[in-house]
Amino acid sequence: MKIHQLSLFAENKPGHIAAPARLLAQEGIDIRALFLADTQQYGIVRMIVSDWQKAAGILEARGFVVKVTEVLAVEVPDRPGGLADVLATLDGTGINIEYMYAFPYVRGDQAILIFRFADPDTAIERLQTAGINLLASEELLKK
Amino acid sequence: MMNSILETGITDCHPASAPDFTPVSELRNLQLKRLKDVVMRAWQQVALFRSRMDDHGLAPQDIRSLEDIAELPFTVKSDLRDTYPFGLFASPMKDVVRLHVSSGTTGKPIVVAYTKEDVDVWTSVLVRCFAGCGLHRGDIIQIAYGYGLFTGGLGAHYGAEGLGATVVPTSVGHADRQIMLMKDFGVTAMCCTPTYFLHLIERAAELGVDMKELPLRAGVFGAEPWTESMRRHIEKTSSIEAFDIYGLSEIIGPGVGCECRRHDGLHIFEDHFYPEIVDPETGAPLPDGAEGELVLTTLSKQAMPMIRYRTRDITMLLPGKCECGRTLRRIGRIGRRSDDMLIIRGVNIFPSQVESALLQIEGTLPHYQILLTREQGLDQMEVQVEVTPQMFNDKIGALQGLHERLQGALDRVLGIRVRVALVEAYSIERSQGKAKRVIDRRTS
Repeated sequence: MKIHQLSLFAENKPGHIAAPARLLAQEGIDIRALFLADTQQYGIVRMIVSDWQKAAGILEARGFVVKVTEVLAVEVPDRPGGLADVLATLDGTGINIEYMYAFPYVRGDQAILIFRFADPDTAIERLQTAGINLLASEELLKK
Repeated sequence: MMNSILETGITDCHPASAPDFTPVSELRNLQLKRLKDVVMRAWQQVALFRSRMDDHGLAPQDIRSLEDIAELPFTVKSDLRDTYPFGLFASPMKDVVRLHVSSGTTGKPIVVAYTKEDVDVWTSVLVRCFAGCGLHRGDIIQIAYGYGLFTGGLGAHYGAEGLGATVVPTSVGHADRQIMLMKDFGVTAMCCTPTYFLHLIERAAELGVDMKELPLRAGVFGAEPWTESMRRHIEKTSSIEAFDIYGLSEIIGPGVGCECRRHDGLHIFEDHFYPEIVDPETGAPLPDGAEGELVLTTLSKQAMPMIRYRTRDITMLLPGKCECGRTLRRIGRIGRRSDDMLIIRGVNIFPSQVESALLQIEGTLPHYQILLTREQGLDQMEVQVEVTPQMFNDKIGALQGLHERLQGALDRVLGIRVRVALVEAYSIERSQGKAKRVIDRRTS
């Protein structure tokens, strides 16, 4: 259920995302999702890629500081209120979302959201109990 | 003694300047007598000096001439740190009337002490500094050196009061208020770091105050090295006469030496501070006119005598006599140092202090670089820290927390506000695997 996401530290300067993107492209690694969290000075590039182990190795070998974190891919009905309903299942559970972003692919009438939870195992249990579909990485990465 | 003053034809001399004109032979005799006394005092009262002399097989009686000073072991800055806080005191605390603190090379600062007599000597040399700059009773002197643990503010303050001038103790900062008081009070002389005065010039222009129109006629600038081109710029834009003053806390604070109106080197107040120039590598004495490291011995200090203190300042003893008629020898203006000490807004900073602050936070030392720039006449220091895998966290809040912890540790250790920038791994250029620690982009 857990998806491996790569996070890179990047200074907030022109061209600082291009270099890792080019490295991964050269090795035939597909970036399926990318989200940037930034401050005025620096940022964190979060990516979901086709082969996270290979990608992490390539980036680290080139001196990038890479962190691998586990996130969940949650299917959400692609209609008004879809996200609100999913979040409602977490209300009152004390489950803390550290961050989230949208995955840029839609499966049928479902959108996909990426969540990082402080405690992913509790979140998996809760979401599945509520009948919400979590995607495994094979499902997420197949086009 | 008064005769020598009259012979020089200098008319603006303050009576307090009389010792500046002591005939050379008389001055040397006084120096020798005081050197013997201070070596005896250091040997009797301070364990470190005694054991160092013992190791060299030296006793106080071995000092028979001024040349014999070269036999004595050096004292270095780390000796002050290693004996922190009171290990070099030669007076009991009940006789100490003042403590000042300055930065050490790592976490701990250094402490310097003064008896009542020491404060009086300090005041007297500053009176002689100001008098040599042509200032006197009736002048209004604004002191914009920091007041507090730093020796600059209080040292200059006592000197200016001792001169009989009117003192405006603004301390550093609040440029607009500095300028307002300068203008409203008709201040005639300013005491601060030269870079701070440059900032005041710029700010005054922005406020529509023309420095040239003010009664201000002299500036006594020190606590950091500055250049002839800075002097020309200051004098041209503010119509004042700019003087270079030299000193260091370990010896007494400001007032070890100062320019006279000839502006041809800084006269050392040799009756209290004995100057030598040595080869910074070997420690061998160098002749007048040769560039080397300035070494100072306090000749009259009670609470904390210093024997052959290595200042790390590179200069030379200027040969020949100054046209002003003072018999005091002169050093050239300080242009550089023989160690890696940085002077930021008048405050001494060592790169090793930055390291100890970074170590406090992460337990490991990331690659870092110190970038120095000058903005609006004020030195700015940025510490760039490479983010390591151990430090990295993919939550923005956690990185901001790290940033704040680094900032806090640097502020505490350095005592001045610096900027912290988190940068990518390997983004700091290395040569032979070692990052260049300091990039100085301050231009004068």
